[in-house]
Amino acid sequence: MPLPTGDIVGLMVDNLEKRGSVFPLSAKKATRWAEGLEIPHGGRTVIYTGAMYQLLPYIIAMVGLLARVEDSFLARWVFLGRFANRFVNLSAIGARPSRAEVDRYNQILRNIARLLQQAGVEFGYLYEDDLYAGALAHDMGVDGTLRAHANRVHATLREHGVQRVITLDPHTTNMLRSVYPTMIDGFDIEVKSYLEVLAEADAEPLRRVGEDVVIHDSCVYARSEGVIDEPRQLLERAGYTIKEPRESRNLTYCCGGPIEALFPSKAHDVAVQRVGQLRETGGKQVTTMCPMCLASLAKAADGTLPMEDISVFLSRAYSSDSPGAVVEQMAD
Amino acid sequence: MAASPVDLAFAEAVATSDEFDAWACMNCGICSAVCPIGIDLMPRKLFRYAILGLKDDLLEETDSIFQCLLCKLCEENCTANVHIAGNMRFLRSYIDDEVFGLDAGRGKEEHHAASHG
Repeated sequence: MPLPTGDIVGLMVDNLEKRGSVFPLSAKKATRWAEGLEIPHGGRTVIYTGAMYQLLPYIIAMVGLLARVEDSFLARWVFLGRFANRFVNLSAIGARPSRAEVDRYNQILRNIARLLQQAGVEFGYLYEDDLYAGALAHDMGVDGTLRAHANRVHATLREHGVQRVITLDPHTTNMLRSVYPTMIDGFDIEVKSYLEVLAEADAEPLRRVGEDVVIHDSCVYARSEGVIDEPRQLLERAGYTIKEPRESRNLTYCCGGPIEALFPSKAHDVAVQRVGQLRETGGKQVTTMCPMCLASLAKAADGTLPMEDISVFLSRAYSSDSPGAVVEQMAD
Repeated sequence: MAASPVDLAFAEAVATSDEFDAWACMNCGICSAVCPIGIDLMPRKLFRYAILGLKDDLLEETDSIFQCLLCKLCEENCTANVHIAGNMRFLRSYIDDEVFGLDAGRGKEEHHAASHG
């Protein structure tokens, strides 16, 4: 029996309404990545994580649970889980990612912050007020719930006097830049992806990396936000030779991630197809630029084709932090 | 096989939606050919059901509607410039409200009041 769509979507809606995120995460866990980076609280320009990278290890763990329930007799009892979740945060109990996985995604955020600092970009961070932007609620079509949440996010940004937001992932970029203005009257906050900001800053690499890398464009960056040339420009300037799959740029192919929570098997099939396309390039390593893409494709590749977030590749060239240390830590 | 009854309320919801624009679909099939999920005749069949007000037929395809990745590869190739992902989201929103009882429209009045109050 497939997973019951209504109960799963309902569980996400309940969480967004009661706990401010489709997969609630404590402020402590969501902000741990910034420890020691001395990023100022607030400011007119802030980096905005939307908790996407922090959430991914927990989403991966939850999807693992759902995949085991899919097509088992347990699928018919998911409605009980939704009922219980109204009183107890089940995702905090059920989703227990490994420390290595949590560290991996936190390291990506640290990489990005260091890249921006290195490029001379001044920014703050809202810490516990850096709220999830609601991408999954938008995908599921629960616009009423989303609109209320978007107004909360907008009010928080205004309270902090934020005028410019630097986003770190494609989904949060899309929500804040393209969806919020259609839902919130007078939304006038400037939104740019950190890849656009780094490209505009003409960031200079500290060293050149003479390696090939296969590029996987995010559907949302490429087709909704027009972020296509910036990652290529940054990688090429760093000395990487980019290998383009046949399905690339605005014709990129999905990683399957958007339907992981509802149809894990189908999502995995799409990811396997995409890994095959990336492998056809003959390249030995792949860069992604979205946490969902990284999680889906890395799982489908199962260690046969190395995948890393673009911030890892860029750090090797642009960051004064020891790139070796970053890579070693990511491999733990 | 008996013809499905037209649901007038559903037909009106489609006709008055700001988001649904599949009237321009020419049924060329490129969307089906490029879809990573390979959902059969989707999304053309779904859009015909919606345009004709065939609510019951549409609801039988609920899984297909929620299987869409919203990746917009179809939209990028659409010869009629239909906002296919937006139409899928409209259908999901309708099902959220009418079938799942998620009250997905909640907040609209609040927004309206905030906009005009």
